[in-house]
Amino acid sequence: MSLVPVTLLGLLEREPSHGYDLKRDYDALFGRSRPLPFGQVYATLARLARDGKVVVGPTEPGAGPDRKRYAITDDGVAEVEAWLAETVEPEPHLQTILFAKVTLALVLGRPAERYLDAQRAAHLQRMRVLTEMRRTGSTVDALLADYGLFHLEADLRWIDITAARLQPLSEEVRG
Amino acid sequence: MTGARPPARPDGATPLLAARDVVKSFGPTPALRGASLAVAAGEIVAVMGPSGSGKSTLLHCLAGILTPDRGEVWFGARRLDTMGEAERSALRRERFGFVFQSGQLVPELTAEENVALPLLLGGVRRSAALEEARAWFERLDLKGLEARRSGELSGGQAQRVALARALVGRPQVVFADEPTGSLDSLSGEHVMELLVAASREQGTTVVLVTHDARVAAYAEREVVVRDGTVTALLDQAAPDRAARS
Repeated sequence: MSLVPVTLLGLLEREPSHGYDLKRDYDALFGRSRPLPFGQVYATLARLARDGKVVVGPTEPGAGPDRKRYAITDDGVAEVEAWLAETVEPEPHLQTILFAKVTLALVLGRPAERYLDAQRAAHLQRMRVLTEMRRTGSTVDALLADYGLFHLEADLRWIDITAARLQPLSEEVRG
Repeated sequence: MTGARPPARPDGATPLLAARDVVKSFGPTPALRGASLAVAAGEIVAVMGPSGSGKSTLLHCLAGILTPDRGEVWFGARRLDTMGEAERSALRRERFGFVFQSGQLVPELTAEENVALPLLLGGVRRSAALEEARAWFERLDLKGLEARRSGELSGGQAQRVALARALVGRPQVVFADEPTGSLDSLSGEHVMELLVAASREQGTTVVLVTHDARVAAYAEREVVVRDGTVTALLDQAAPDRAARS
């Protein structure tokens, strides 16, 4: 199951909720710079209802276009539980764009080191933004920033080791 | 290229600190082969690079600890490389603060005496120096550790005491050489948080040598030293500090 439906289900496991409140909670916890469009919230809830993961209560009186309250079903709870227990595929990333750029640059006799330097600068710029976010934000912000920082750091280590190995790599790929 | 003025930064500003074509060898081994760098007042710059690239040697030349074989080192409008040792020593004491990787506290002194040391060496009365030193303990999350000796502090605490000592004299520049190198990730981040917060508050320039990208990300820009030269590509103008504070 993809991220948006299962996180909305997870939010409903806490307590039944309206679409508007679900969107607000999703944006605060998971959305960050990419808030969930209302249309997607209601389309997702409709699919979850069709699949028996949520039930829709009657329309309630009050302000706003949609006052339906959604509640999770036993099937929905099982879905959340199964998703949480499932490990994420550790991706080997053996054919990244950066790998392809370096290899192609070397094959063509172009300055691979310059591309790596530019990429290092771009990575560090992103790390600065995330570091500022972890400095000034909440603990949730810090955890999210840390996830990005550790992945960027791994990329940078690969960039550094590749930069140090460009000569033998060049000899290898150019035959 | 040499001159009677410090080199201008890419943005045209006169730097607070600058190296121009600095060459430095240790016996037959070249460490710097024409390194140039300009740092603006109040800027936090990370100097990165692989082991043995010359990044620490560059920091030592900028700080007037080492004298280059050739090239120029400027602090404001003054040349450090042609200064006598007594003048350079006074400059280091009065204008610069230093944080190294570890083992920099005097073991016989208490934590507060260690922090007060630069003030005492500068001629401040003992009671005033200790009072000034104590003010840093709360600020750097060290409250209650004033009377401890270095052997009674954790690595992170000792490094924060060293940071307090570097900052107590309100230096214009702090030179930090792998300041988190001996610490675990969380302690290292704590030290960096405090260093960045204090330097932004006081407008202190920071030159930070590190091989750790997570540490470098606390700086406003980075330069890479490779084979004894500074990679020019990344020596960009400083971003607007106000936008990030």
